[in-house]
Amino acid sequence: MVPADLLPQRLSEWFAARGWSPRAHQLAMIEKAKAGRDALLIAPTGGGKTLAGFLPSLIELYERPPRNAPAGVHTLYISPLKALAVDVERNLMTPIREMGLSIVAESRTGDTGEARKARQRIRPPDILLTTPEQLALFCAWEGAREYFADLSCVIIDEAHAMWPSKRGDLLALGIARLQTFAPRMRRVGLSATVDDPDLVRRWLGKNQDPPPEGGGVAEGDGEGSKPTSTASSPSGPPGHLPLQGEGLSVDLVLGSGGAQPVVEVLVSGGRVPWAGHTAQHAMAEVYDIIAASRTALVFVNTRFQAEFAFQELWKLNDEGLPIALHHGSLSAEQRRKVEAAMARGELRAVVCTSTLDMGIDWGDVDLVIQLAAPKGASRMVQRIGRANHRLDEPSRALFVPASRFEMLECRAAADAILENHLDGEPARIGALDVLAQHVMGCACSEPFKLVDLYDEVRTAGPYADLSWEDFETVVDFVSTGGYALRTYDRFRRIVEDKDGFWKARNAQAVQRHRMNVGAIVSPAVVNVRIGGGRRPMGGRKIGEAEEGYFEQLTPGDTFVFAGQVWRFNSLVGADAFVTPAPDKDPKMPSWGGSKFPLSTYLAGRVRKMMHDEAEWLALPPDVQEWMAYQKARSLIPDEDEMLLETFPRGKRFHMVMYPFEGRLAHTTLAMLLTRRLDRLGVGPLGFVCNDYALNIWSLKPMDELDLNDLFDQDMLGDDLEDWLNESFLMKRAFKACALVGGLIERRYPGEEKSGRQVTFSTDLIYDVLRKHQPDHLLLRCARADAATGQLDVARLGDLLARIKGRIRHAALDKVSPFAVPIMLEIGRERAPGDAASDMILAEAEEDLIAEALS
Amino acid sequence: MTTRFQLSDCGGLAVMVSERLVLLRGSGALWLEAERALVVADLHFEKGSSYAARFGQMLPPYDTRETLSRLEAEVAALAPATLIFLGDSFHDGAAEDRLAADDADRLRALSVGRDLIWAVGNHDADGPRALPGQVIDELSIGGLILRHEPEPGVQPGEVAGHLHPAARVSSGRGSVRKRCFVTDGQRLILPAFGAYTGGLNILDQAFSNLFAAPPLAGALGGKRVHAVGPRSLRPD
Repeated sequence: MVPADLLPQRLSEWFAARGWSPRAHQLAMIEKAKAGRDALLIAPTGGGKTLAGFLPSLIELYERPPRNAPAGVHTLYISPLKALAVDVERNLMTPIREMGLSIVAESRTGDTGEARKARQRIRPPDILLTTPEQLALFCAWEGAREYFADLSCVIIDEAHAMWPSKRGDLLALGIARLQTFAPRMRRVGLSATVDDPDLVRRWLGKNQDPPPEGGGVAEGDGEGSKPTSTASSPSGPPGHLPLQGEGLSVDLVLGSGGAQPVVEVLVSGGRVPWAGHTAQHAMAEVYDIIAASRTALVFVNTRFQAEFAFQELWKLNDEGLPIALHHGSLSAEQRRKVEAAMARGELRAVVCTSTLDMGIDWGDVDLVIQLAAPKGASRMVQRIGRANHRLDEPSRALFVPASRFEMLECRAAADAILENHLDGEPARIGALDVLAQHVMGCACSEPFKLVDLYDEVRTAGPYADLSWEDFETVVDFVSTGGYALRTYDRFRRIVEDKDGFWKARNAQAVQRHRMNVGAIVSPAVVNVRIGGGRRPMGGRKIGEAEEGYFEQLTPGDTFVFAGQVWRFNSLVGADAFVTPAPDKDPKMPSWGGSKFPLSTYLAGRVRKMMHDEAEWLALPPDVQEWMAYQKARSLIPDEDEMLLETFPRGKRFHMVMYPFEGRLAHTTLAMLLTRRLDRLGVGPLGFVCNDYALNIWSLKPMDELDLNDLFDQDMLGDDLEDWLNESFLMKRAFKACALVGGLIERRYPGEEKSGRQVTFSTDLIYDVLRKHQPDHLLLRCARADAATGQLDVARLGDLLARIKGRIRHAALDKVSPFAVPIMLEIGRERAPGDAASDMILAEAEEDLIAEALS
Repeated sequence: MTTRFQLSDCGGLAVMVSERLVLLRGSGALWLEAERALVVADLHFEKGSSYAARFGQMLPPYDTRETLSRLEAEVAALAPATLIFLGDSFHDGAAEDRLAADDADRLRALSVGRDLIWAVGNHDADGPRALPGQVIDELSIGGLILRHEPEPGVQPGEVAGHLHPAARVSSGRGSVRKRCFVTDGQRLILPAFGAYTGGLNILDQAFSNLFAAPPLAGALGGKRVHAVGPRSLRPD
């Protein structure tokens, strides 16, 4: 029975009327709220998590005495997705109506109309549902302090997806600001299962609070809407999680888990291909499995894979099953159509990318298929959680490996999920470009004193260790650009008055800041429109694609997009014009989509599995055979060793390494090794990388090289610095930091600056700044971003430390079984960069000369 | 008519413009050997600071000294007797006043032992006021006519800037976008020399009425100027 002092009768009756009783974690959240404690709820999807977050607010609003003055916002809910905020508004209004409560809950996103936004400012709803970007806009509004003075609670949904990112940094700063406005505000986080909840607690909590008295973990006991629900949780027994986070101001509440998921690995026709990413070989079987299920989500890792799988499935679709496609390049309208059809239960399968990793609940999904390897156990648990949002039924998931190394990875991921081991994340240090944006926002809102803002910022978890020097550097950057050449002191964007208060210089500076708020920087995109001929007219928009994609195409080329074959006609401004080409075989060049690196944890498991022959028995016969051949012809390294093979092939000499650290870290390693090999005079000619291995080939043999020297950790010093400065990756990272930090702007009042223009000018700015002030704040930010994101330098550092003195060299006379997959990838890659761009120019020139001579 | 060109030892490209041999330098400058004249277009000095002055946008204020370094390197390499600025040398009318003192000194130093000629452009219609040199509208030199903005119609021997030409060059390997010279053998347009100057694709309409024959692009690569024909050009 529910204690009456926890749940008012009106609410208990609502539960009872549905034949439910409140779950333990829902009651625990109410207790935490009554005690005035911040709380993080970790529970799998489908456990009534959202309601658990809102119940304390509903109770407080229900019990609140009538007052004369109109009340401000009571609860602010923040979701990473606009669609989710709108969805939760709808889902929340249902119980509010059914309970007969007089509570107003409204969403506010970038899509909300101006009239509604204006009304929300004058008459705040009791519960406001919004996004981190809207919160940042509120923080830059002069009315913010008064507006949020009555705020009792902030709820962060999908906290696991937000905290380890720049958006998470911005959000943490926004929460710190809210706490200043409303000192008694409670913080509530809702999160899916994570490896280390303390990291999320630290992010969510108020730094510098004394350690909690009696804080700690409350356990849900699994008592759910149906009495039969038991079984262990995908989040593991509560004891697996650290029980006490020392010095954390946020209490942890664990939801009960559902049934153990059923995870299988599909070995289609008893064989696994040597190489590849598409799992084409298994498509017929995948189709049959879809046909035998109610509704399936088919996850892939890239947009290219999504388009490909969608095509293949429809080729086989004799029964005409409603199979849809969903990825980030499709137009928002098209995606919404698919989502709506899904919600109505009209679809049998959706082929999708990470766009459907989280968000709206679909009760009918009974199977999750992962085409090609999952790359990380945590992401996979999220994806599996999309199936069967009913706790008592196990989620079903099927992995379809596309190659032999992927087979190992899928097996490792399936085991990890069953054993409840998830990928760890490193602790987050708040980005300084994000802080710059926040400082400018604060100055737009109200005058501040430096020391006060510094103290406030450091209460945000990611900025707990921010030094005063860095803070001053950031403020100087916001004010004058932070240049050693003090040219801009007279043009300051924020100015200090005689009493030591800082504020925005003028209304123009404020307006420009508000137009450019946010920490998400998307690559420049072009609209894909139907139209052709010499003077294309604005035809129907079928989606968006990254600018670089069309740069590889020549008019007349065909490609697959939105599940159809199209002919590319022209690129005019920000529009790519295409016409349907239904009978053509698509040329289908490589399609940029997000490619996830293999998680460190999963990589470790794969290495272990490879070394342990007992584990081979779980693999299909052809994969076992492959590994046995490898053992006989080359060698299988120990778990803590790295295998390096050298062998000649044709006129070239190859060096193939198997670190299993993911494509990003491998690419960085290959770039650095190539520089060293060049200095050693072996004439490296090229390299290719995948998630498992890298392959460098050269003019001269590499058998005799001193490998410990070659892989010495000092390559992360000068070699890295030299290469990085020239790298297009740095330019891209710099552009993102310059946008977030407010150095350049996405939008000017009255005009849209196209992504194309931004691309060009930031490269120029980067080159000039690097030469004249290499220690500038934004270059520091860009280096830090490149090191963690694009280049995975941190991981490369760990790799070099791990393999020091543990490189097993096999000098072979021909290619080994393990090396076959990476040999097959040669020719599919191209490395952009200055050398490559000169090569393009030279080739174009040869073309001209040939033309002239013919 | 095929445009005649020849690679030179210094990485430049020698081309005929209206029966006159000129050298397109890898820096984007034009070298007239017989006259020992170096021509540069569209330097846009103080473009960075113009954003701070107008919008409060704090772009790195180092573009002027970067452009100056490039210019000094060319002067050191060629020792020109005349240095000709082909207009839009300053980004706006107040740019000269915003020059940092040491940058202004470097500019003055360039005038020692040689003539400075400032053709005016649309950004700097009055030319510099305090700096040494002669301010002109246009100039005839060695059978060529040098002016900022290309005139419409057939203009044999015209050398101009203003348009900031850039080429998107494509080969089987991919495509790159580079600043470039563009010429049909009659007229020559120089790339913008300034550190913060962007480029306009030479397939843009602005170029379409300037050339009788399909022009040749001299794209500025990392080490030299690459001759690129119409077949390898792409729109943006």
